Amino acid sequence: MSDRIDSDAGRDGAALGSGRNLPPLRLHVPEPKFRPGDTADFSDFDIPPAGAQARPDEVAQPGEMRDLAYGLVRVLDENGAAVGPWDPKLPAETLLKMLRAMALTRAFDGRMFRAQRQGKTSFYMKSTGEEAVSIGAALALASDDMCFPSYRQQGILIARGWPIIDMMNQIYSNKGDRLKGRQLPIMYSAREAGFFSISGNLTTQYPQAVGWAMASAARGDTRIAATWCGEGSTAEGDFHSACTFASVYRAPVIMNVVNNQWAISSFSGFAGAEATTFAARAIGYGIAGLRVDGNDALAVYAATRWAADRARSNAGPTLIEHFTYRVEGHSTSDDPSAYRSADEASHWPLGDPIARLKKHCIGLGIWDEERHAAMDKELAEMVRDAAREAEKNGILGHGLHHPMESMFEDVFEEMPWHLREQQQAMLDEWKAAGL
Amino acid sequence: MNMIQAINSALDVMMGRDPDVVVMGEDVGYFGGVFRATAGLQQKYGNHRVFDTPITECGIIGVAVGMGAYGLRPVPEIQFADYIYPALDQLVSEAARLRYRSAGEFISPMTVRSPFGGGIFGGQTHSQSPEGIFTHVSGVKTVIPSTPYDAKGLLIAAIEDNDPTIFFEPKRIYNGPFDGHYDTPAKSWAGHEQAQVPTGYYRVPLGEARVTRAGEALTVLCYGTMVHVVENTVAEMGVDAEILDLRTLVPLDIEAIERSVRKTGRCLIVHEATRTSGFGAELMAQVQERCFYHLEAPIERVTGFDTPYPHSLEWAYFPGPVRIREAINKILKD
Repeated sequence: MSDRIDSDAGRDGAALGSGRNLPPLRLHVPEPKFRPGDTADFSDFDIPPAGAQARPDEVAQPGEMRDLAYGLVRVLDENGAAVGPWDPKLPAETLLKMLRAMALTRAFDGRMFRAQRQGKTSFYMKSTGEEAVSIGAALALASDDMCFPSYRQQGILIARGWPIIDMMNQIYSNKGDRLKGRQLPIMYSAREAGFFSISGNLTTQYPQAVGWAMASAARGDTRIAATWCGEGSTAEGDFHSACTFASVYRAPVIMNVVNNQWAISSFSGFAGAEATTFAARAIGYGIAGLRVDGNDALAVYAATRWAADRARSNAGPTLIEHFTYRVEGHSTSDDPSAYRSADEASHWPLGDPIARLKKHCIGLGIWDEERHAAMDKELAEMVRDAAREAEKNGILGHGLHHPMESMFEDVFEEMPWHLREQQQAMLDEWKAAGL
Repeated sequence: MNMIQAINSALDVMMGRDPDVVVMGEDVGYFGGVFRATAGLQQKYGNHRVFDTPITECGIIGVAVGMGAYGLRPVPEIQFADYIYPALDQLVSEAARLRYRSAGEFISPMTVRSPFGGGIFGGQTHSQSPEGIFTHVSGVKTVIPSTPYDAKGLLIAAIEDNDPTIFFEPKRIYNGPFDGHYDTPAKSWAGHEQAQVPTGYYRVPLGEARVTRAGEALTVLCYGTMVHVVENTVAEMGVDAEILDLRTLVPLDIEAIERSVRKTGRCLIVHEATRTSGFGAELMAQVQERCFYHLEAPIERVTGFDTPYPHSLEWAYFPGPVRIREAINKILKD
């Protein structure tokens, strides 16, 4: 590098240091610790014990809780026991509901991933290992709080009881797809479930969630907004604008950063993780910042509940970093073995969110291995049956899609002349071609 | 009223009629806007409905999308059209697509107001006319008034419209019409018939052009400040031109254009924006497709040059009377 710079013709040699007694500058380009072929080793990972973090009052000043932005809120210990001040002390019914939603999300992901491999749809994205992040949060919010998700929070829809067959219809872009085949698979929209239309453009939902929350506050409503993005997307300008607006107007919003360590092939260092935590960014904005064990459903629930209570008491927004791991590839179009160590996921020190909650429930005596196995079997069958039903509405490329003239609808509330003209021209062309 | 007062009145009328209408932007609240378009509104309607924002255009529009999803009817201001680019992602990828991608579950009924256009020695970043960027985006409407009467009526229509609308205000004519003679004293709107603005509610429908002068010799398609420059140049030349103020670029009043060009057989297009891929190219294509057998001469364009907007050379750049006169003579000679 320095050789190349020294030989760079046309530059002023003095400015490059050749005439000065100064060390050459060096550009730091982050590198992940493990690449393909390496053995992942997280033994030097600093994981605070469960229960160690203090739980401040919900209306505490952001400056009084700086430690929470650098630590890790954890509830479930190695034995699966819930410990410490963040234990939400959930009733058995809620714990099992949470466990079931997480297991259903994983079963759904498995089935839809295979459907893509079978050519039934063009694209899919799993959330394996991150189920606690969406489901723990969804159960801690009120059902009419508005969620502005990214593409990896399908668990919210599932936790809110949204029919999986509707999700599958969207994935198959079939005649049952409420979005009329216009959107790439998994870009759901479910207004009734408080689930905002997903966009392919990263982090655009962040200021939108803040705006929704501001509107709710301006109206004297009691509903709050929550939004999610990945750690990679925190680098987008919209993240900054959203944090600024949220801070300035003390918007009743929860801003979740799902730090799953990877943004496609880029490790979190390219989003700034080498220098600080993502939760710590909240401090600079004067926002409450929490860093949470994202594979601990109880910690996610507790943190979200805390932030929701904070928002509802007009104490302002909260930024929550969920520290987790993206177990699978980025999408069906991605092969993670091309850029990261194959065994990272199995070495991930925070474990698997479903296994950890299951252990907790078994420890409480409200659950056992047999029931869990039976539930997994039941969910697999349920997903299979739903998929078969959805496939009756058509799969991608098999013609059972919405009529092609519907392509022109909903661009505007009323179709203007130029779209009507293009619509008619298209139909005439197909007719002329004898199709 | 001048155009600023008309815009202020439109906002006042709509805020009074509809509690969902909120006004936001840089300096729009307490101060009333750098051009005074929002003066008095915060005092009247409170800071929950009229408020200042941080200096972040992507944030302003992103927040407005979220407010629209909640059920409000935001009217964000971008201080200068030259500064709308940071918000492009939110406008193009979000506001414009929201109804389509959610099959109507969520809509974005916002009206983005932004002063635009040159002729004020604004240099590169206070003079641009970026309408062609937005007319190219499916899902947004683009509206440009040229008089106080239209500014109020069109703004009310845009705010009531459930689609996202870009409302570009030609700042050169905020205080008076501009005939293109930069070396003569500025005029005010006083006495102009289009400055007679009702104080109450009225609409000028989107998608309808206005024939500002009927004529037989040629059709001139224009909008914004250029309407006045064209009107004056045509009057000076004594040419019997038909002048169409398009007012709305999307959806375009194609019938009015077709009717006029078929009658005159000749067409001139005038806009301040740069030429290549500007809105004039679309107008040319439409006229060529629809009026080909009626055309007696090639369609001409007088536009800004394909350069950034210069400061000291403004009057060489601006599509003023000299350039318009030359183009009209050329069209009529053919």
